Amino acid sequence: MASKQKKMTPQQKNYQTLQQKHELKRPVLKNCIKAFLVGGLICLIGQAVSYFYIYYFNFTEQNVGNPTVATMVFFSMLLTGFGVYDHIGQFAGAGSAVPVTGFGNSVISAAIEHRTEGFVLGVGGNMFKLAGSVILFGVFSAFVVALIKTLLVMWGVL
Amino acid sequence: MLKGQQSWVFDNRPMITATGVTGGPFEANGNLSSDFDLLYDDLWMGQESYEKAHRLLLEEAIKVALKKGEIEKDQVQFLFAGDLINQITPTSFAARTMQIPYFGLFGACSTSMEGLALSSFVVNYQGANYVLTGASSHNSAVEKQFRYPTEYGGQKPPTAQWTITGAGVALVETNKPGQDNPVTTSATIGKVIDMGLSDPFNMGGAMAPAAADTIIAHFRDLKLDPSYYDLIVTGDLGRIGHNTTAELLNKSGLKLKQGQFQDCGLLMYKEDQPVMAGGSGAGCSATVLYGHLLNEMKKGTYKRILVVATGALLSPLSFQQKDSIPCIAHAVAIEMNGEKG
Repeated sequence: MASKQKKMTPQQKNYQTLQQKHELKRPVLKNCIKAFLVGGLICLIGQAVSYFYIYYFNFTEQNVGNPTVATMVFFSMLLTGFGVYDHIGQFAGAGSAVPVTGFGNSVISAAIEHRTEGFVLGVGGNMFKLAGSVILFGVFSAFVVALIKTLLVMWGVL
Repeated sequence: MLKGQQSWVFDNRPMITATGVTGGPFEANGNLSSDFDLLYDDLWMGQESYEKAHRLLLEEAIKVALKKGEIEKDQVQFLFAGDLINQITPTSFAARTMQIPYFGLFGACSTSMEGLALSSFVVNYQGANYVLTGASSHNSAVEKQFRYPTEYGGQKPPTAQWTITGAGVALVETNKPGQDNPVTTSATIGKVIDMGLSDPFNMGGAMAPAAADTIIAHFRDLKLDPSYYDLIVTGDLGRIGHNTTAELLNKSGLKLKQGQFQDCGLLMYKEDQPVMAGGSGAGCSATVLYGHLLNEMKKGTYKRILVVATGALLSPLSFQQKDSIPCIAHAVAIEMNGEKG
């Protein structure tokens, strides 16, 4: 991938064109199919977990989300700890990164990685190194969407 | 002796008498496992952290080299070595253990040849009788610093490379005529080249122009033809960088024979190992040269080789700040003793 820098010399441009011929491209279509299948499978497992909680415990469709997410993150933690999730990730790409298991993996992998620097500065300080921006921008976009909805309701559009 | 613009010729032919090469589990399953002196079956190597395991790799490689060279560490005047970790702590800490006067080097993955060039220069001019030089990398320690946590499930593109776990160390000493050992005959020091590439998952593509520049400078300074060498081998360009360099050399008019131009990062692993575009890391050229290639030279497969180690001089900070990747390459020519060129 070429740099976004504006001022490139003709020599740099020439080289980048030459280099691109040799660059191996991401197999986008194949990656999409794999992501679709693995992502779908993870969601299918999540759905089964939901039904399990509704069927065997007193959860309803409205509040079953919380225990389901916790359970999926727990599965993700086990798979990360046993060193399996990174292999799934290399195969599935977005398929295993987008569901909540991917979020769990990013937190847990960072926690494992920085354990050698101690619990406070290592695990505590680095656990949300990758997930931090997911939380920040997730909360911020939720706020913006809620704000828009509130305004629309106030103005009587909704 | 300075020759041309940026090359040294070592008239006294410093000799590589012994080497020590250590590696990790992934390298044990690779193509060159029989050329390693010591292989660990676990990335932790019995240590509390990957960084400590990294240090152990280098310490053990030094010990093996000393043992095979049949000398004590007090007899060694200098150690020229480096790695990729912040402030090159694994190497400096190993130097603390060994108590050998030490020059810490950072040339990213070109450190191996930077060290061998400097060691040869010092030995050539009687600055030392015995010098140790080497480079090392540890997959997990380097990934942790430059990329994501080891267990993070991010997908790597096919241009990405696999940082090797390993250390390669060579004992360089004054030439003893009659001994059948490889000697260093010349070196070309590269300049930093930046072609504006900024993808840290395509190091080979970024480093290729630096490799080509140093190789072209070598043949210009020494007034040699590429056919002089049986093998010209780059450090860790991987598939993309290697093909790109081959095209750049071809365009510049250097004619290389089929199979004469190879890459350490492509020699290291088997076809079915998931290393994407090939091996990389400071330990890559060091382990392949001081293990496999010198063994092949002693067997007589190659008489004269040119080793070109390439390094990407980026940091995790510089690429996040959208800087492009500056790269460097250093070349050292190695011949068998008695093969007067």
